[in-house]
Amino acid sequence: MSEVIVITSGKGGVGKTTSSANLGTGLAMLGHKVVLIDADIGLRNLDVVLGLENRIVYDIVDVVDGNCRVKQALIKDKKYESLFLLPAAQTKDKDSVSPQQMIDLCETLKEDFDYILIDCPAGIEQGFKNAIAAASKAIVITTPEISAVRDADRVIGLLHSIGIKNPLLVLNRVRIDMVKKGDMMSLDDVAEILAIDILGVVPEDESIVISTNKGEPAVLDNKSEAGQAFRNISKRIAGEKVELIDLNNTSNFFSTFKNLFKN
Amino acid sequence: MDILNFLGRQHGTKDTAKDRLKFVLIHDRANCSTDLLEMLKNDIFKVISNYMEIDEEELDMQIATTDNDGTPVLYANIPIKNIKKKNNA
Repeated sequence: MSEVIVITSGKGGVGKTTSSANLGTGLAMLGHKVVLIDADIGLRNLDVVLGLENRIVYDIVDVVDGNCRVKQALIKDKKYESLFLLPAAQTKDKDSVSPQQMIDLCETLKEDFDYILIDCPAGIEQGFKNAIAAASKAIVITTPEISAVRDADRVIGLLHSIGIKNPLLVLNRVRIDMVKKGDMMSLDDVAEILAIDILGVVPEDESIVISTNKGEPAVLDNKSEAGQAFRNISKRIAGEKVELIDLNNTSNFFSTFKNLFKN
Repeated sequence: MDILNFLGRQHGTKDTAKDRLKFVLIHDRANCSTDLLEMLKNDIFKVISNYMEIDEEELDMQIATTDNDGTPVLYANIPIKNIKKKNNA
């Protein structure tokens, strides 16, 4: 059975597009058929993060306007045969796709794909409403900053109001050193405040910048810590039980000492 | 305190962040603006004034949360100046 999952955050710049690219690729690596929909009409970006910007012919607005068939607009990934991108239109505005058109589009895509991931635009206006309309599940991305968590809380409230009752949390760009010093909210802190279930945690990682420069998602890089985190999250989405990365396992002297006594 | 700090036990700025965040979220979630709270305060003052004399200056009203499950509660502290008998006539 296919699932339509929206990846959203409220605040911009917390990693929605990066997460979408990585989770889509991660699910394809597990052998699933995945389509990524870039719902950020007017500010197209998922194509460049995936390194597919040169292959775009048609976009989502062409599809809903009937200028082409869905299959003509889908761009196959460079590495994975089962991963496709439906790009956003760059020159149209947010109202170019209606919620009903989004629902119809996803119904069509369900015939061919296991996972339909929707990369939501920032904000809570019409573009957001269009992007969440077809989803039955939601992943809320946030960083451990007050502004991002506040916006995530607002988005969770809006998701509830359209019937997505159990959105899952991904805490992105966590700096373990700062969490240890007590200068950054931890995964548990954020999960407690937002009162939602945890899907995963992604450490701040330079490899994200490097992989985005190259247009190759970090999940493809075995040495990337963030890539590992996204691989784990992909497995959890697919129903596997994977332990959370223990962000405290880079133990200092005192925790080693404490653990010795605990055991 | 220094030794606790050294051991990394002292809380950093994240607790400030959490407290501030909890405060804004109470208001965000209640969808309750300062204006609305002010109107409510005025109405409550009017109603209670029919029964007793209260101190409008000291009337304190805010949205807080319960300690156990974080449910929003309307908290009001209304100092009574004088309990006057209601005129039943």
